[in-house]
Amino acid sequence: MRIAISVILFIILGPLIGGLLSGLDRVITAKMQGRVGPPLLQPFYDVSKLLKKETLLVNKTQDFYVFAFLVLIIFTGCLFFAGEDLLLVVFALTLASVLLVLAAFSTSSPYSHMGAERELIQMMSYEPMVIIMTVGVYMVTKNFYISKIVAFDKPLIMYLPGVFLGFLYVLTIKFRKSPFDLSMSHHAHQEIVRGITTEFTGKKLAMIEIAHWYENVFLLGFIYLFFANNPVIGIIATLAAFFLEIFIDNSSARVKWEFAMVSSWVVAISLGMVNIAVLYFIG
Amino acid sequence: MVLLFFLVLFPIGVALLTALAPNHQIRNWIVKVSAGIISAATCILTFLFLKLDLNYYEINFEAINRVMLCLELLIGVYVIYLGIKDKKYLISLLMAAQAIVLCWIEFKLIGSVEIKHNMFIDKFSLIMAILVGIIGSFICLYSVGYMHDYHKHHKEIKDQRRKFFFILFIFLSAMFGMIFSNNLMWLYFFWEITTLCSFLLIGYTGTEESRNNAYKALMFNVLGGLAFAVALALLASKAGILELNKLISGEKVSVLIPAVLICFAGLTKSAQMPFSSWLLGAMVAPTPTSALLHSSTMVKAGVYVIIRLAPILNDTAAGFLVALVGGFTFLIASLIAIAQTDAKKVLAYSTIANLGLIVTCGGIGTYESVWAAVLLIIFHAVAKSLLFLCVGTVEHELGSRNIEVMHGMIKKMPILAIMLIVGIAGMFLAPFGMLISKWAALKAIVDTNPILVIFIAFGSAATLFFWTKWMGKIIAIPQKEERMEIIVKKTEILPMAALSVATIMVCLMFPFISSKLVNPYVIEVFNHGASMDTGNVIIMLIMMGLILLLPIRLLVSRKELKEVSIYLGGANADEPKRFYGSMGTVQKLYIENYYMDRYFGEGRLFKIGLTICSAATLLMLVMAFIY
Repeated sequence: MRIAISVILFIILGPLIGGLLSGLDRVITAKMQGRVGPPLLQPFYDVSKLLKKETLLVNKTQDFYVFAFLVLIIFTGCLFFAGEDLLLVVFALTLASVLLVLAAFSTSSPYSHMGAERELIQMMSYEPMVIIMTVGVYMVTKNFYISKIVAFDKPLIMYLPGVFLGFLYVLTIKFRKSPFDLSMSHHAHQEIVRGITTEFTGKKLAMIEIAHWYENVFLLGFIYLFFANNPVIGIIATLAAFFLEIFIDNSSARVKWEFAMVSSWVVAISLGMVNIAVLYFIG
Repeated sequence: MVLLFFLVLFPIGVALLTALAPNHQIRNWIVKVSAGIISAATCILTFLFLKLDLNYYEINFEAINRVMLCLELLIGVYVIYLGIKDKKYLISLLMAAQAIVLCWIEFKLIGSVEIKHNMFIDKFSLIMAILVGIIGSFICLYSVGYMHDYHKHHKEIKDQRRKFFFILFIFLSAMFGMIFSNNLMWLYFFWEITTLCSFLLIGYTGTEESRNNAYKALMFNVLGGLAFAVALALLASKAGILELNKLISGEKVSVLIPAVLICFAGLTKSAQMPFSSWLLGAMVAPTPTSALLHSSTMVKAGVYVIIRLAPILNDTAAGFLVALVGGFTFLIASLIAIAQTDAKKVLAYSTIANLGLIVTCGGIGTYESVWAAVLLIIFHAVAKSLLFLCVGTVEHELGSRNIEVMHGMIKKMPILAIMLIVGIAGMFLAPFGMLISKWAALKAIVDTNPILVIFIAFGSAATLFFWTKWMGKIIAIPQKEERMEIIVKKTEILPMAALSVATIMVCLMFPFISSKLVNPYVIEVFNHGASMDTGNVIIMLIMMGLILLLPIRLLVSRKELKEVSIYLGGANADEPKRFYGSMGTVQKLYIENYYMDRYFGEGRLFKIGLTICSAATLLMLVMAFIY
């Protein structure tokens, strides 16, 4: 019953919270840049306008991949909030991300194609750290179930500082924030236009946007896991992490893919694996 | 027991029949009918032995041993002769050494060793038998149509189909023999036959390249064979054991060295890192050969013995090093696969990588890891054979097996493309089998030695990259692309369709496969079973349902969607695939995948892998002696 409630809450509140976070992001970003900036609810206005627009496509299958992407992202989030297996959540998320990449590939358009390739590089960059994160959590709590991980009586951050920092690093990629917004920037004036989403308009673009709202909510949930024994600190830490991501976004320029990949892998080994090794040899 | 004999002997009969067949038509019919009979016999075997756990058979015909010895010596003489003829003296030398060791066992040692059970069947043998029997006969069926086309496309190559099918069926017989042998001398005999079959099939085309590659394969496998023979001699003289079941339950101190030597042989056969070059070279052979020998069955023989010996390796330094060799192979082969444009080479590297993962599990040797390893064998065999067959057909249709040429395949030849996509998805995506087993492997590794996680984490990331970009090529839809008229033979399409369905079915049947086939074996060996939580199985099934149901949306015709040209910076020319360049000239659009050769190039990475894995393999042998 509790599971059903949290799943339903996620499905209903997920996009609301995600949209608000996105609005907050834009407000804070504007403040950091000394602009007036849009209102808090701007993301909702944007999406509702997209929904009203005519949908132009370059082929019909594109629509299918985007729809499947949205469904699987929601599914992944539901698994997360239902307290299911952490690895399963990671795998489901990978499947969803692959579908978005395939959506871009299917258009056979140069800008989308380049975006898709870059997105794959990004995935290859963050995957190792994400798997190391799940392993670290398992080693401490002896459990892959999120429901059990949350119930663990000590803060995970105490045992997994390296893993946490490493995960925070790759989270920047997942949030599509600068310096790692290689595959699609929030701004459509980069060299590959809008990367992955170049060939998406109207409702399809809105679907991608909503999927990202959902995604951001459970990605922040991962941060919460590290502080889960105390909900207040957990929420504060999560918001702080979110703020940090915005700050990084505004204070750094986009890097080349080589740097994105090499640095994430170095971080995964030097922070993540070393943390795991320490746990293994001490524990 | 009759059935076991039948499965071993029947393919030999078929092989002789195909060799005697006067023309192609009759031979093709023999192949088709006997493929059917073999798969039917395998089904009956499955049905009969699903309830039974373990059966040993005494077979006391001294004549069998005699015949085997004679054949082995004949093979030895043949290989030595080949080595001298083509100036590959090292091969002759290795083979001669092997023959001497063999004679030593046969004439000096074997008298003092009591061998009770020559054959046996348990759940692991049964699993292997199903794979060999069903996939093997599908591939034989496929070969009928494929080889016909092959010789139409390659007029310069001598048509030796008589020899081809003969070896193919001899190989099936050897595989069955190997998995049912409890007598290690028998196992070794069949092992050598697979080596010879592989050598003959790689050299099929008779070109300079294929001959060299065939010799390369022969050399590594003969090296492994020598290690195997030495292991048997040690076992017979020191421990007085020549049976698989006694070896596994034997005392670790006395059996570790032979076990590690057999593992060494397993590493050569399953093309692990210092020895992988032979498998890559083997890709010159016609595609059914690659599918049968070099992906789904023969290379599995290598990991088969390693997994059999896993309980001995458990918790030893040598076992850890076996795991390390597998881990490095998985990681490095996956990384190299990123830079490959040749589809068959990607498949070869991916095969090496996955075998590496299985070897890692075997080296760890806990109940969880063996469970994962057997699952990996099953799922990999099904999906990989499908992929090979698809690539073979695609190569004939498109005239190339370069991945770039497959751009827009889904529109040109949708059915073939969908089968290829199923195969690729089966290799790396949730909720398909390979991912389930990778998950199991990860869990097993974390529970024993989390340091090894590093290989899975990075290796899987690379896997994700090269499979997805290949899939992207296939599903890309260039505008104004027409459907190609293709004629694929029924004997080709049938096995591919069946394997596509099988790739999906093995995932849906995962709970059954795990509880009825894999787990009984794990319990038999470790007295402890492994399984996946029911909740997770259900979620996996839901995901599978989503994957299967979502495409229905494609069938609904949606009028409200408006199709436009792709965005080309506003400089679209007359048709969607052309645009205006900076000087106003019309340019053709060309899209290529990333291969990042500078970073993941074969040359450099392969050398690194070679160095590390050679060191680890040597250390493994040394450690076995120290323990």
